[in-house]
Amino acid sequence: MATLSFSVNGEVRALKLDTRTTLLDALREHLHLTGTKKGCDHGQCGACTVIVGGQRINSCLTLAVMHEGESVTTIEGLGTPEHMHPMQAAFVRHDGFQCGYCTPGQICSAVAVLDEIKAGIPSHVTGDLNAAPHLTNTELRERMSGNICRCGAYSNIAEAITEVAGRPA
Amino acid sequence: MKSFTYEKVNSAEAAASAAASNSNAKFIAGGTNLLDLMKLEIETPSHLIDVNGLGFDKIEPAPDGGLRIGALVRNTTLAADARIRRDYGLLSRALLAGASGQLRNKATTAGNLLQRTRCPYFYDTNQPCNKRSPGSGCAAIGGVTRQHAVIGASDACIATHPSDMAIAMRALDATVQTVRPDGSTRDIPIADLHRLPGDTPHIETTLTSGELITSVTLPKPVGGTHIYRKVRDRASYAFALVSVGAIVQRDGTGRVAVGGVAHKPWRVEAAEAEMPRGAKAVAARLLEGARPTKENAFKLSLVERTLGAVLTEAKG
Amino acid sequence: MKFDTPATTNPIDQLKVIGHATSRIDGPLKTTGRATYAYEWHDRATNPAYGYIVGSAIAKGRIASMDLSRAKAAPGVIAIVTSENAGKLGKGNYNTAKLLGGPEIDHYHQAVAVVVAETFEQARSAAQLVKVDYTATKGSFDLWAGRDGAAKPPGRGDNQPDTTVGDFSGAFASAPVQLDATYTTPDQAHAMMEPHASMAAWEGDKLTLWTSNQMIAWTTGDVAKTLGLPKENVRLISPFIGGGFGGKLFLRADAVLAALGARAANRPVKVAMQRPLMFNNTTHRPATIQRIRIGANRDGKITAIGHESWSGNLPEGRPETAVNQTRLLYAGENRMTAMRLAMLDLPEGNAMRAPGEAPGMMALEIAMDEMAERLGIDPVEFRARNDTQVDPEHPNRPFSQRQLVECMRIGAERFGWSKRHAEPGKQRDGRWLVGMGVAAAFRNNLLMKSGARVRLDGQGRVTVETDMTDIGTGSYTIIAQTAAEMMGVPLEKVVVRLGDSSFPVSAGSGGQFGANNSTSGVYAACVKLREAVAQKLGFNSADAAFVDGQVSSGNRSAPLGQAASDGELTAEDSIEYGDLAKTHQQSTFGAHFVELGVDVATAEIRIRRMLAVCAAGRILNPKTARSQVIGAMTMGVGAALMEELAVDKRSGFFVNHDLAGYEVPVHADIPHQDTIFLDETDPMSSPMKAKGIAELGICGVAAALANAIYNATGIRVRDYPITLDKLLDHMPDA
Repeated sequence: MATLSFSVNGEVRALKLDTRTTLLDALREHLHLTGTKKGCDHGQCGACTVIVGGQRINSCLTLAVMHEGESVTTIEGLGTPEHMHPMQAAFVRHDGFQCGYCTPGQICSAVAVLDEIKAGIPSHVTGDLNAAPHLTNTELRERMSGNICRCGAYSNIAEAITEVAGRPA
Repeated sequence: MKSFTYEKVNSAEAAASAAASNSNAKFIAGGTNLLDLMKLEIETPSHLIDVNGLGFDKIEPAPDGGLRIGALVRNTTLAADARIRRDYGLLSRALLAGASGQLRNKATTAGNLLQRTRCPYFYDTNQPCNKRSPGSGCAAIGGVTRQHAVIGASDACIATHPSDMAIAMRALDATVQTVRPDGSTRDIPIADLHRLPGDTPHIETTLTSGELITSVTLPKPVGGTHIYRKVRDRASYAFALVSVGAIVQRDGTGRVAVGGVAHKPWRVEAAEAEMPRGAKAVAARLLEGARPTKENAFKLSLVERTLGAVLTEAKG
Repeated sequence: MKFDTPATTNPIDQLKVIGHATSRIDGPLKTTGRATYAYEWHDRATNPAYGYIVGSAIAKGRIASMDLSRAKAAPGVIAIVTSENAGKLGKGNYNTAKLLGGPEIDHYHQAVAVVVAETFEQARSAAQLVKVDYTATKGSFDLWAGRDGAAKPPGRGDNQPDTTVGDFSGAFASAPVQLDATYTTPDQAHAMMEPHASMAAWEGDKLTLWTSNQMIAWTTGDVAKTLGLPKENVRLISPFIGGGFGGKLFLRADAVLAALGARAANRPVKVAMQRPLMFNNTTHRPATIQRIRIGANRDGKITAIGHESWSGNLPEGRPETAVNQTRLLYAGENRMTAMRLAMLDLPEGNAMRAPGEAPGMMALEIAMDEMAERLGIDPVEFRARNDTQVDPEHPNRPFSQRQLVECMRIGAERFGWSKRHAEPGKQRDGRWLVGMGVAAAFRNNLLMKSGARVRLDGQGRVTVETDMTDIGTGSYTIIAQTAAEMMGVPLEKVVVRLGDSSFPVSAGSGGQFGANNSTSGVYAACVKLREAVAQKLGFNSADAAFVDGQVSSGNRSAPLGQAASDGELTAEDSIEYGDLAKTHQQSTFGAHFVELGVDVATAEIRIRRMLAVCAAGRILNPKTARSQVIGAMTMGVGAALMEELAVDKRSGFFVNHDLAGYEVPVHADIPHQDTIFLDETDPMSSPMKAKGIAELGICGVAAALANAIYNATGIRVRDYPITLDKLLDHMPDA
């Protein structure tokens, strides 16, 4: 067992945990923040994506105890049904989801992707490595590829993100 | 996942001594491969040494004009570094072709090098696997082998190394710096880090017990056109069927390393002499002695054709 | 309500709410992480124990012995359930293989034990300590090897294994233009994002299961049958389902083992099947071998069409009905279809999105493309020439609606089909060989009894309760739209409660029958509620109008809620169907257009544009309908380009049993997708005049891709998935 104190959606939380507990299971089973989903538990689907210290990661492939003192944002921290984050609202407007299970991960990823492009981080499809990447449909699709949606909402998701990014879909 | 104790260390010495005092300890940094394998009990450490506090997270100029990359530098950070993008584009490209944005944010430089194979028989603990359980046999041989090695394999193992980054590191002639539990340090040329499977596929690198990678150093830039071409069935978030990393100079000379074909990043320096004569000549030499299966024989022509496309692209 | 005469004008035709592109009413819950899925009911069971499944290490044979001693002694372990201590278990009506194996083993990763512990980490760890010794026996794992010994399966109702019309072999032999080709489709996995998951809690001999299931009534019955309980003692709750695609039609091991684990542990237990177990433990779409023969006159009229399909399954399993569409889609006087079933010891084959038609159209629509080329006729035109407005096997049965040709022609125009080079391999864009492909889409419309209950309260709020499920299909929203339309209230005044076995039995979600049937059931209940409201208000129910929250009749008007001012009004009814589906063939139609590039060096295939045109009755909500279609198109891309459960034919299992090995499309594979819905209402289908669309969208997509690859490269691949290794040797020099 180990102890852990970290910030989740702006609130300091203290837990006593089996060292084997992943960040994902700490959120879901201990803090009852079940918005973050377990799709594969092996880093192969992206449903568990959360934002830690401003960066998106797969919460299934990291131990909770490795996040002492860190700051975690989950889908619950982005917005509520009454006060949705602009990305959440855009997903609803563009029907960027169906079953909803990959959706929290898609939205956390999408929020982080826009920050990554702003920060000038290149991607596999960036044409010129020495220039700032542009926000294109191809860039978004490549960067979102770590979030699988078996319902196949991709086309609508790309439109939702594009709208939030302030460009016409 | 078996129970383990967990300790966070703040110095290389502490890491070394923790490793020395527990032969079943493992270092953990990004954890993206280790935890995956621990969940399946393919890896069963009884003690985890969290090395994230060691400060090996900088990219600094090396004395000979190259760059020294801390072992803990995340894949995203490394790929986005302006110096890497400008002078070692091959490395940036290879990193960005691998995994997903989420995984690259966590995965480290050293961890990427030490990834284990994605052979599905290695991942299925019901199946015999000499890598997972030495002497048990290899279920992949005679099984489903589309993804497997075509060269350098053995009767004990036909697994491939999955890393994209390592292909670039190999072509760039990187060296790996380590510290051992007794405090001694050494430089390992990247060519000598990964092993072929032989009779001991469970021994994947030349690192000794408790040896910790502290940095990876790139020699000074060699110029040329840098291209990393990864070929896969789906357009992203997939391991390579084959990949070709190349640095091509104006006169047509250069370097080539290939992924998805062997148990280690595959580079044959003698084959590079053929580069001015084109892809067919290079591939023939590079893949000399290949022993593909019926299912993965396509990789031979795929390497040649991909290399051809790379050389054409390099000419502009 | 019995629906046995074609629908006439009814309140749905007002189209004040129905037919509008409406955002999902469950959207804010799903996008903020507040929708509760099966494993997440923390408020219903405060201290559940965790179950972890042990899967068989062999495909066929027996458990020789099990040693549970180390697992039992592991920290936190509460109970271990195996076939030895589970008590007598039945087998569900909808299951082929047992859900808890032992001592006989029927397939790889069949569950053989569940380990229940205080925490997930303890259960997972202890599960590794369960030691099982097996005696493996030889099994059959190769469809090709089993083909010759494949038997004629028993027929089921209207679906017989063989059909013949006229003299197929004579007509085929004498046809001036012929095609005789064999196609294969591989085993495929549903690979929905939410794993099969359940939480079970017992109160005495009453069981509550929070689970993830498409068909509440089927599964409630099968839980009862499997556990030997009266059906009334079983309650299923499944309001949100993280994808199903047919994989969650049935009771599966997670639910049975959660229930058995909870009984053994004497407390609530939850079980989520670990992803690497799903591919072999659960059902999959079976592989097929399909031989198609088409004979035609030089004018392009088909004179003979034959389609045979071989598939495999476990004993008592059923065939993949891949010849279904060929019985209905094209004209031709001489016809034959046949299905044969080989016994295989692979995991259980069963329904996956558009069973039958999805793999059948993958083959038939390549064959049509090949035939068009042999005839020198444009593939759109060739299909038009062989259109039929009647069931070609039973010409006295007209189609209720059939706009296949319209779909193809409108799609061709919108897509710019005329720019396609008929000769393959002629269009180059840099390193890409570019091609276009087309295929018809076809899927039958199924009618199923479906019930609902509606309640009206004093505030004029309408609550709908039905055991219908929303697996991402948009059921919540279209049901709310239906109730709002019927009761004359805004959408905000409707509450929809789904997925609970205590609610009236619905059609459930499957076979693209959910939308039309479940909303028709709600329609029926609302008709009853309208009568009750009118009666309560003293109105003549026949002419009462329900508009804007008011009920009016003649010059009298009252707020809707007034009818419930002294207590809630409730009405319950079902839609039941007469013979309209027998007198009229009800099907949905479409056309898929694809443009893609094939890398001239590597033969990597990347899609550029996709369009689907659909004619599928009234579109209840164009926004959610579009989602169903683009989702199906995406799954069709997977089927065409990457999805294949790779069989180890020595040991009998799917080797690539996780989401890294079984590749499904990612964002980067899918371009912007266009969809067009033709204006159509089908009065034969239901009072909603709607039909299904969720499966139509997958039928034909893969063939459109295959045809586009041919158009780009001149390489005809008849074995799915079309991966680059199948093209490489035939590619031109880069």
